[in-house]
Amino acid sequence: MLGWFKKKIARPASDEEVSPPDQQEEAVVGEPGPEEAKSILHEDVGVLFKRLTKGLAKTRGGFIKRVDELFLGKKVIDPELLDDLEEILITADLGVETTMDLVDDARDRVSRNELADPQALKAILKERITDFLLSSDRPAELVMPTEGPFVIMVVGVNGVGKTTTIGKIAHKFANAGQRVLLVAGDTFRAAAVEQLKIWGERVNAPVIAQATGADPSSVVFDGMEYALKRRYDVVIIDTAGRLHTKVNLMEELKKIKRVIGKKLSDAPHEIMLVIDATTGQNGISQAREFGKAVDITGLTLTKLDGTAKGGIVVNICREFDIPIRFIGVGEQVEDLRDFEPEEFVEALFAEESDS
Amino acid sequence: MFDNLSDRLNKVFRDLRGHGKLSEKNIQDALKEVRMALLEADVNFKVVKDFIAAVQEKAVGREVAVSLSPGQQVIKIVHDELVKLLGGQAEPLELGGKGPAIIMMVGLQGSGKTTSSGKLAKLLTKQGRRPYLVPADVYRPAAIEQLTVLGNNLDIPVHPSKVDQDPVTIAKNAVLVAEKSNYDTLLIDTAGRLHVDENLMAELQNIKAAVKPAEILFVADAMTGQDAVTVAEKFNEDLDITGVLLSKMEGDARGGAALSIKKVTRRPIKFVGVGEELDALEVFHPDRVASRILGMGDILSLIEKAEEVVDKKKADKLAKKIRKDAFTMEDFLDQIQQIKKMGSLEQIMGMIPGLNRMKQMQNMPKPDEKELGKVEAVIRSMTADERRKHQIITASRRQRIARGSGTSVQDVNKVIKSYTEMLKMMKKMKGKSTGMGKVMGGKKRRKRPKGLMR
Ligand SMILES: Nc1nc2c(ncn2[C@@H]2O[C@H](COP(=O)(O)OP(=O)(O)OP(=O)(O)O)[C@@H](O)[C@H]2O)c(=O)[nH]1
Ligand SMILES: [Mg+2]
Repeated sequence: MLGWFKKKIARPASDEEVSPPDQQEEAVVGEPGPEEAKSILHEDVGVLFKRLTKGLAKTRGGFIKRVDELFLGKKVIDPELLDDLEEILITADLGVETTMDLVDDARDRVSRNELADPQALKAILKERITDFLLSSDRPAELVMPTEGPFVIMVVGVNGVGKTTTIGKIAHKFANAGQRVLLVAGDTFRAAAVEQLKIWGERVNAPVIAQATGADPSSVVFDGMEYALKRRYDVVIIDTAGRLHTKVNLMEELKKIKRVIGKKLSDAPHEIMLVIDATTGQNGISQAREFGKAVDITGLTLTKLDGTAKGGIVVNICREFDIPIRFIGVGEQVEDLRDFEPEEFVEALFAEESDS
Repeated sequence: MFDNLSDRLNKVFRDLRGHGKLSEKNIQDALKEVRMALLEADVNFKVVKDFIAAVQEKAVGREVAVSLSPGQQVIKIVHDELVKLLGGQAEPLELGGKGPAIIMMVGLQGSGKTTSSGKLAKLLTKQGRRPYLVPADVYRPAAIEQLTVLGNNLDIPVHPSKVDQDPVTIAKNAVLVAEKSNYDTLLIDTAGRLHVDENLMAELQNIKAAVKPAEILFVADAMTGQDAVTVAEKFNEDLDITGVLLSKMEGDARGGAALSIKKVTRRPIKFVGVGEELDALEVFHPDRVASRILGMGDILSLIEKAEEVVDKKKADKLAKKIRKDAFTMEDFLDQIQQIKKMGSLEQIMGMIPGLNRMKQMQNMPKPDEKELGKVEAVIRSMTADERRKHQIITASRRQRIARGSGTSVQDVNKVIKSYTEMLKMMKKMKGKSTGMGKVMGGKKRRKRPKGLMR
């Protein structure tokens, strides 16, 4: 995923009739060169990592009791251990089906005498879950265009963190020296446009918008035209939150996608579904329906700074083959991290305790 | 996803149909299925555990009612327990006596506090109150603007909060303004926050201490998973919430979080949000949500409604009618009225065997209550003869009915079509079964009647 941000697209200097940069664009001058960008990125990762360990620690005055303890105290794999395991997996929102798959498999192995050591069981579980996550992994570089703007369309149900994630992604790209344009495709929710504009100011990216109530496709059309004419590197399109069960709203999304494709074939290159870590099994339904409507190419899992484990994404990866790109670990601009399967699985198994 | 619960229970009870007592063994098998269903619906693991234990105790040794299959009997017991746990009946807002009443909206980020504040303000206005909207989210970009826009759309005054003000000060000032301006209810929309953020939780406690709200409503997303208990418990511990508002319930989430939250907070769920529009707020109906959590409108609704709303005799009669092909337009109207009593049209669809699966419900355009009203009006404008024998409704009669009901001939046609589709479906089912239980527990997927798709 970091590849997204390392890439600094070299532009021919001889641009024909590029219109004079507007006010907002002027703010972008003095972009860091590629080398500089890398070092910013580097520093960033350090900061991000600290924030994540802070975020994922999420103790409330207690300490983290690792599941290791559960396994440590045991000499053999007994039914009680398997029950506890089931509880951990279900409680992490992995869902009945995936949990039963994992636990039944463990039970079988034990009864076939292939497995007796609790530590080995833990390793197998982690590996299997990591495999689910990796099976859908696809390098982000593959979706990026070789030339022209990289167009990202962000979708999801209401309140999951689309707009905030856009702000954070824009920040990352900007830090890597890319010129980012934001498009306010949420013309429905009150003050959604203003919200994105504030993010635009924060990350120094211009925002193409119309008034609330305008046709989102028309805003997106304007945005694409603007981006193409002024040769932006990255275009990120916000869309209104919508429940995946609303047929008409899903049609609207399809139309937005078509409009983007008409302006620039192959675009949008990335259609990112944002999933809230607190979401339960409905996440499957979200991935299915958004996928059916617009072909999701990547996921962002937000709000992992709370106590929810976000295990639903394991299910989603298993069923739909969509790679997870980012995780959101806070409300600040830097609270976005690359998704690391191993680390995520580790956190799934971390249990907190009040004692 | 697995098969729906009624199918699964039917499998468990395949060999024991319609007689005897529920033994410990079949109860256990059945409850295993119930447990799965609850977990799939996102009810918290521990809550499910306690619940199953309680039901087990209640169920063993129960006589199986003659009209029910053992599977249905178990569902009924489970359903009754769920309803009880969810709170029995809807509870209204308690706004207290003198001085402006204060409602504080709290919850996680993105749970729906701001929109719900707008909806509540609208509801209160309808009830003759004079609400004052108070944006106290100074953190999320444009949160104040969001509530301000909603207030303007509703023509309801909004406190002029500023992002550089302290939320506690905002709340205090707003009370003063309200007192001066004779607003009788304040709706304080607080910023979304994580329950583990001690500073922000303390801020809420400070607001509470400063203005002494009559209601503190915890707003939770219906799609929330297992973590609902942790979050709700902490908000309740810190703030002693007075009620819960469950948002985004119009989707296809099974809503198990409702049960989890109710269980750990013991506070009533007062409202459910069912859309982005400002009138999409409903009073909470425990029975509806119970059926939904179980993922089965069908048997339950029929049994429940049969027993509670209509009484058992009428239900038997209905079953008999279905069997004898004597389901008239009158019965159709009856059904619709019951549904209206219970709530949404989803429910009537859920009652039709084979339609209860979430998968199928997902893509279905959701017919609105207006449509229902139309159907009712159309049938009411028919003569008794017409209601019994729809075949006699000629073109000229259709015109008369349309005029009489203030609808169009197309509307009339649509109603007759829905009804005949329903008849057709019933006929199909009839071939396969004898008892009511079987009629309702259809195993095969069936197409939904086109007319009901609108
Ligand atoms: N704690 C935490 N909060 C987040 C995160 N991402 C977003 N939020 C918060 O969640 C709330 C909703 O975020 P938005 O970005 O407005 O969500 P959205 O999906 O654009 O919402 P709609 O456009 O209304 O559908 C805001 O209060 C954000 O600050 C995260 O990773 N962690
Ligand atoms: Mg948004």
